[in-house]
Amino acid sequence: MPHIIQVKDLNKTYDSGFTALRGVNLDIRRGEIFALLGPNGAGKTTLISIICGIARGSSGSVSADGFDIASDYRMARTKIGLVPQELTTDAFETVWATVNFSRGLFGKAPDKAYIEQILKQLSLWDKRHAKMRELSGGMKRRVMIAKALSHEPEILFLDEPTAGVDVELRKDMWEMVRQLRENGVTIILTTHYIEEAEEMADRIGVIRKGEIILVEEKQALMSKLGKKSLSLHLTEPLSEIPPTLSEFNLFLEEGGDYLRFEYESAQSDQVALLLSRMNESGIAIKDLNSSESSLEDIFVELVQEQ
Amino acid sequence: MNIYGIMAIYKFEMARTFRTLMQSIASPVLSTSLYFIVFGTAIGSRMGEIDGVSYAAFIIPGLVMLSLLSESISNASFGIFFPKFSGTIYEVLSAPVSPFEIVAGYVGAAATKSVMLGLLILLTAKLFVDYTIVHPFWMLAFLVMTAVTFSLFGFIIGIWADDFQKLQVIPLMVITPLTFLGGAFYSINMLPEPWQTISLFNPVVYLVSGFRWAFYGVADVNVVLSLGMTTLFMVTCLVIISWIFRTGYRIRS
Repeated sequence: MPHIIQVKDLNKTYDSGFTALRGVNLDIRRGEIFALLGPNGAGKTTLISIICGIARGSSGSVSADGFDIASDYRMARTKIGLVPQELTTDAFETVWATVNFSRGLFGKAPDKAYIEQILKQLSLWDKRHAKMRELSGGMKRRVMIAKALSHEPEILFLDEPTAGVDVELRKDMWEMVRQLRENGVTIILTTHYIEEAEEMADRIGVIRKGEIILVEEKQALMSKLGKKSLSLHLTEPLSEIPPTLSEFNLFLEEGGDYLRFEYESAQSDQVALLLSRMNESGIAIKDLNSSESSLEDIFVELVQEQ
Repeated sequence: MNIYGIMAIYKFEMARTFRTLMQSIASPVLSTSLYFIVFGTAIGSRMGEIDGVSYAAFIIPGLVMLSLLSESISNASFGIFFPKFSGTIYEVLSAPVSPFEIVAGYVGAAATKSVMLGLLILLTAKLFVDYTIVHPFWMLAFLVMTAVTFSLFGFIIGIWADDFQKLQVIPLMVITPLTFLGGAFYSINMLPEPWQTISLFNPVVYLVSGFRWAFYGVADVNVVLSLGMTTLFMVTCLVIISWIFRTGYRIRS
């Protein structure tokens, strides 16, 4: 089966001379959840904007479900729903009006029952007569999703869907995305939270300075790159790492006051082992702090590798 | 053809009109009434007839045009400028609607509002002045053509403007003077040379003259010329708009 989205040699240089995308090739599989990771300004939004028709590529081609986004834009765009990063809504419109507007705009005949179903799924039904400006940020985000789903798209783009969203809504949203995938919708989301990609995605692509530097199955990527670090504040400073702990990947820091343990996400059982070994060796700790390698760290590593 | 898409934009824009009824309809009607009281009744009663028409009746077509031009431009320019400004334009750009359909929705709604307004002003005028319309069909034709043409022009301004000041500058600095000097309140035949000839370079002269001809059967310039100039201006706007969509100028980077 052909890929639902095919991006070939896509380049984008803005009029200002800034090159946002360099020779991007990307294939999205039908029915998958694909997470596009990258720091701010990496080109995530530009890439999505071009696929969705908001911006134009300078060269290269993109197709959605086999339809070229330029020559067959009507068919291509009918397939796609977009939830942009910014919460841009018509302040004075009601939820009901704005979601129905979206459906009409995408060429679909009115279907009140379907819109009602979407609003109920997103817990917006009670708010259907509310004006957009009366809604909280989280509620607005839900309306944006309802608008994107209003025309029954086969492909859904979520640009930073959980930026500035509270934990509860984030969990709701993840649940909703899984539900959509079960209904056969292909989902492409961008994020700079690795946790989000880890939670949701089947595959992950990393974009940096306008180039896709890696596309991999999530599991493979996580085990390769997901590093964790545990920092132990010692009661008594150590001058060197005791031989009993030599099997662990340890570093002494700040004149021996801190012991840092670096390990892969997959080997978290090592932590318990380290702590019990330290206990046996009589090394006491005052405090501890664990951290995960951030996406930025991963980038640094990826760049160093190249 | 994405009819649902056109209807969605059209209905959205019309809803905006009715939401801001005071601003969209009531205030132009009020200001036109003031013109009638001042120019029509108070000053007009001391003026002689022009081309066999009482001064109060003479200025009606010009006053309608004055409102029609400024409202068409402001409705259409704001209609497309605001989504651009607020960012909601993303949805229109990502939707399966052709440039023609986008223009039909926005410009259609703006022109509808202007025509409604023009008719409302004519009704208001009836309260102050007794007038007749010799060619009702052509009156309506000029009304609709002018509303569409200047809504197209407003659409261009709305795309071009990247701040609120630019949105105002053309209507204020160009259209208002051209309308006042376009024979809304006088016949250009009353002007001494060279002003009479200079006036012929003002496109509004042709609109007002043609429109007045539909009312009273008298015109400053030949009515065919009026029709031709209006069509020319409409075609020019259409050419500019098609260029805008072809190049993505200020809407699609």
